[in-house]
Order: sequence, then C-alpha cells, then structure tokens
Amino acid sequence: MSGDLAWIVPVILSVISASTPLLLAATGELVTEKAGVLNLGVEGMMLAGAIVGFAATVATGSGLLGIAGAAVAGALLALVFAVLTLTFLANQVATGLALTIFGVGFTALMGTGYVGIALQGLPSLNVPGLSDLPAIGPILFQQDILVYGSFALLAGVGWFLYRTHAGLVLRSIGDSHDAAHAIGYPVVAIRYAAVAFGGAMSGLGGAYLSLAYTPMWAENMTAGRGWIALALVVFAAWRPWRLLLGAYLFGGVTILQSALQAAGVRIPPQFLGMLPYLVTIVVLVIISSNRARIRLNAPACLAKPFYAVG
Amino acid sequence: MFIRLEPRGQRSAPWSYASPVLALALSLVTAAIIFAALGKDPLQSLYTFFISPLTSATGRPELFVKAAPLVLIAVGLSLGFRANVWNIGAEGQYTIGAILGGGVGLALYGDGNPLTFPAMMIGGAVGGMAWAAIPAFLRTRFNANEILTSLMLTYVAQLLLIYLVAGPWRDPQGYGFPQSRLFDESGTSPNLIAGTRLHFGVLAAFVVVGLGWILLARSLIGFQLKVVGQAPRAARYAGFSESRLVWFSMLLGGGLAGLAGLFEVAGPVGQLTPQISPGYGFTAIIVAFLGRLHPLGVLLAGLLLALSYLGGEKAQIELGMPNAVTGIFQGILLFYLLACDVLILYRVKIRRRFGSVSAGATS
Repeated sequence: MSGDLAWIVPVILSVISASTPLLLAATGELVTEKAGVLNLGVEGMMLAGAIVGFAATVATGSGLLGIAGAAVAGALLALVFAVLTLTFLANQVATGLALTIFGVGFTALMGTGYVGIALQGLPSLNVPGLSDLPAIGPILFQQDILVYGSFALLAGVGWFLYRTHAGLVLRSIGDSHDAAHAIGYPVVAIRYAAVAFGGAMSGLGGAYLSLAYTPMWAENMTAGRGWIALALVVFAAWRPWRLLLGAYLFGGVTILQSALQAAGVRIPPQFLGMLPYLVTIVVLVIISSNRARIRLNAPACLAKPFYAVG
Repeated sequence: MFIRLEPRGQRSAPWSYASPVLALALSLVTAAIIFAALGKDPLQSLYTFFISPLTSATGRPELFVKAAPLVLIAVGLSLGFRANVWNIGAEGQYTIGAILGGGVGLALYGDGNPLTFPAMMIGGAVGGMAWAAIPAFLRTRFNANEILTSLMLTYVAQLLLIYLVAGPWRDPQGYGFPQSRLFDESGTSPNLIAGTRLHFGVLAAFVVVGLGWILLARSLIGFQLKVVGQAPRAARYAGFSESRLVWFSMLLGGGLAGLAGLFEVAGPVGQLTPQISPGYGFTAIIVAFLGRLHPLGVLLAGLLLALSYLGGEKAQIELGMPNAVTGIFQGILLFYLLACDVLILYRVKIRRRFGSVSAGATS
C-alpha cells in the first residue's frame, strides 16, 4: 500500500489500541453478568490492574510479570466484591460503586511514587515473514501480547459459554439460580469464579492502558473506560461477538476525536472529548428502548441476591 | 465459606443502627493498619486524622462547611435510593449547577443587585435538575439504565466546565489560569457568622434535612418511595406510577446537587475553576448509605465524612501522607457498612465443617 491510502494503517493501529482495553474489560464483565452478577466496580478494578501492572513491570523489568500482576490485582479486588455480595448478600449496585471509590483512592495512593516514570511499552510479537508484509503486517502481525490475547480470550469465552457444559451451567445460574441450585450446581462457588475472572480481565484492560496505550501511570487514567465497558455489555445484548463490534466502534469514536483535532477541525478539544461519553448514552438508549430484546437477552437473575434455602 | 446465614424473618431494628457504628469501628482499625503500613505511628495518625481537626476554633466551623454539600446531595440521593432509582451522576449535576448558577453571577457581575444571589441559587437548582432530567427522561421513555447515563453525563459536565473556564469565561486578569473572575459581593453566599466560613449553604443543608424528614414521614410521595423500595409488587398493585417516582427522585436529587454546587462556588471557592469538587457527588453516595437513607442519619454521616476530608488535609500537611488516604478510608467504610448490613436481615452462624450449601433445613 502506498500513496494516498498510507494514512489508513496508522489509523487502524490506533483504533486497535483504543479498543483493546475496552474489549478485555467488557469480555470479563460479560462472564460475570452471564453468571447473574452485576459488578459495577470495573473502573476500580481496571485502575488496580493499571497501577499494579505498571509497578510490577518497573520492579521486575518484565512486561509479562506486569500483566500477570495486573490480572491478580483485578481478581483480588473482584474477590472483595464477591465476599460482600455473594457471601454477605450485600447490594451489588452499592458494592460495585464502593469498589470503584476504593479503587480510585487506593491506586492514587499506590501510584504516588510512579508518576513521571515512562516505560518502553510492550514489545510487539512479530511473525517472521508475515510481519513485513505491507499494511497487513503491521496491523495483523506486529501487535503485542494483550491485543492478540484480547481476541483469543473473547473467542475462548464465546466457546466456553456456548460450546461447553460448564458454560451452560454458568448461564443457567445466571438465568435461574434457584433451578440451578435445585439440580445441585454450586451456585455461589461458580459465581465466585465468574466474578474473579471478570476482575482479572478488567485488570488486564487496565494493564494495557499503563503498559501499552500510554506506557506510564497517571491518577484516574482509565477516565471512565470501565463504565463504557459496562455499557458495552448491554450494547452487545450479552453476546460475545457483538462485544467485539461494540469495543471497536468505541475505539473508533475515541480515535475520531483525535483525528478531527489533527485535521484542524475548529471544535474545542473538550467538546471532542465528550464524544465517547455521548456516544455511549446514545447507543444505550437505542439498545435499551427495545424492552423485549433486553428482557430476552439479559440474564434473568442479574444483580439478584441468592440465598440457598433448601 | 464457613459462614452460614440464618434469616431473621424480619429486619432487626437494633442492628440497622448498630451496623454503621460497627462499620466505623472496623474502618478505624483498618485505617490504623494502613497508617502503620505507610510507616506512621498509627495512634498519632488516627488522632491527627479524626480528632485534631476538631480541636481548633477554626476547625469546627470548617466541618460544617465541608458537610453542607455532602448533606445537601445525600438527602436527595437517599430518597431516590429508597425507590431503587440509582442516580450516580450527582457529581455532574453539582457541576452543572455550579456552571449555570455561577454563570448568572458572572452575567450580573458588578450590578450590586441584591437579587443576584437568589438568582444564582435558582440557576444552580435549575441546572442540576436539567442535568438530572436527561437520565430521568432516558429511563422513563427509553428504558436506559440511569446508572450509566447519569455517570457518563458527569464526564460531559466536567469537560464543559473546563471548556468554559479555559475559554469564554476565563478571567481576563487571571494570568491565563483556567478560572473565572471572583464573584462580586452580591454574588457571594452571605456569611452566617463573622470570622468563619459558615455560609448560607450550611443553613440550607439543615433546612433540607428537616424538609426531607417531613417529606419522607408525612407526604404521599415519601410513602410511595418507601413502598416501591421495600415491596415493589405491592406498589405496582397499588397503582403507583413508577415513572413519576423516577422523575421526582431524579429532579429532587439533581436540584439539590446543583444547589450544593452553586453554594460551593459562591461560597468557599469564590469563582469557577476546574477544581470545584473533591468528589462530593460520589462521597454523598456513601453518606446516603451510612445515614440509613434517612435525612437525620444523612446529617450525622455527612459530618463524619466531612471530617475525613479535613483529616486527610491535616494528615497531608502534618504527617506528609498522600491525600488519597481520604478516598481509601471512605471506600473501606462503605465496604464494612455493606458487610455489616447483613446482620439486619440475617444471623451469622459459623459452620464447623465443610457442609454443602444445602446442609441447612428448609426455612
């Protein structure tokens, strides 16, 4: 590819990097919600992943250890949520908010020593030969492990939910925890696992921000992406493949904002900055206004507490 | 999972009051551990954080100054939370209230008109209500989740504020800083007691607590809000209009948040800047829960969380602790509160062995 279309490769590359954190976090939340649990703490868990991933990478010099640390941090925070909502039957909406409030404060405290440090960014995993192809090479074969991972994990989740017995059990718990319990499935244990997985994925999404997207730490650097990931799950009507569409749509909107600015459009940057949030609202409205479809697709036990009586 | 919960069969009234106290005690213990982990003397830190702000004659009025916006916002939110209307975007409604009310003040700058401040208050309330009306409309008309829409609007409001103070409303004599000019005398919240920063908004917070209490205890809509939360089916059979309650809660919460924002910029802050709130709109959510969703409780909880802001500032100055400790303490407090609230509906039994979940008898 040469000449007039040369600009398209960097645009596609930046859409991919803007979409990856959303895709990772939303894939995790999808599994959590499919099990009937609504965890509004995605923003807090992403921040935890961002700072722990960054700190671990600075300390060890290994991006892989940073990524692992981010997943563990997200999962640990999710387990706090799980103990409160699944064991102590606390309100899921309130607990998720608490998780975000705590996550913002905790990461700000932990990150004080890391402001101003710059990292290399994750190395791209090249495929000999293929990576050198024009256009296709940089887009498909020069990405880092989290970008490849986001696709692999989404495909894995789709396969797990709809092609395995365990996935069927998880969905049945989300749709009717009483029936699943009566058949003998361990409702609470499976929900614990689903919540922890969601937390780990949010942690990975946060790690992508602090290790690859902008390889540095800044307070509150998620800037609402956790909430957008939550909206994406609704947008996708709880179906994995539509999550991919949604995440890349939002990544595109984020890039549109900087592209318009670069193109010299005379709109104040703050108004362009509102775009992702406004698009989220518009999309939510369009999807939610079809009440029948929401009722058909949303897990029936979403956010309902489960108490085993018999 | 060695813990087994046994339903009490009814709400335990003593525990609904004891739970916040227990949660506070546990939070203080946890805070001491965090202070120790940061390498500070835990007892001295606790003293600096929670006692020393109250020992000075200037500190005690400051507590009310910090509590006023929290209480104003939380009274509105708590009524909505009772009916499961989750307005999470109070921070945005606060910001728009400050923008619209503050804009009135800037437009009337220098007039010396005694009606400037009342007009600003109306602007603040209308701004907050208008911003809250968006999620209310989207929920009642399009079924869109108000948690996500109200929160997204918070980010939009903050960007709008930054745009205004960095652009059209920037103080021409402000050396290019992104801030408006200071409000003039008639655009400033009247002081209640000379020598303190106690402003009209503090008085308003107390009045709103009283009005909220009357609304909840004596009015039909207060009764409906309670029924919808506790027995949604009964509310449906009784023919309560859900969208009316959504509209009422959102407009009330938004209007009060907008007022709080206006009082803050026309009082302690004195101008519009990007930093008009240390997260009051989010902390007010904790205040509402800690205050048991009741106006009187909200007043007490608001004072406690105001103390956590003052303590955070003290600890930052005197002990060199990061300001983020305040947010951590607030989050932990809400965690413990939510966990302790289980005692209102359940008895906790410790299980001796790994029983299966179905070990208990059918209740």
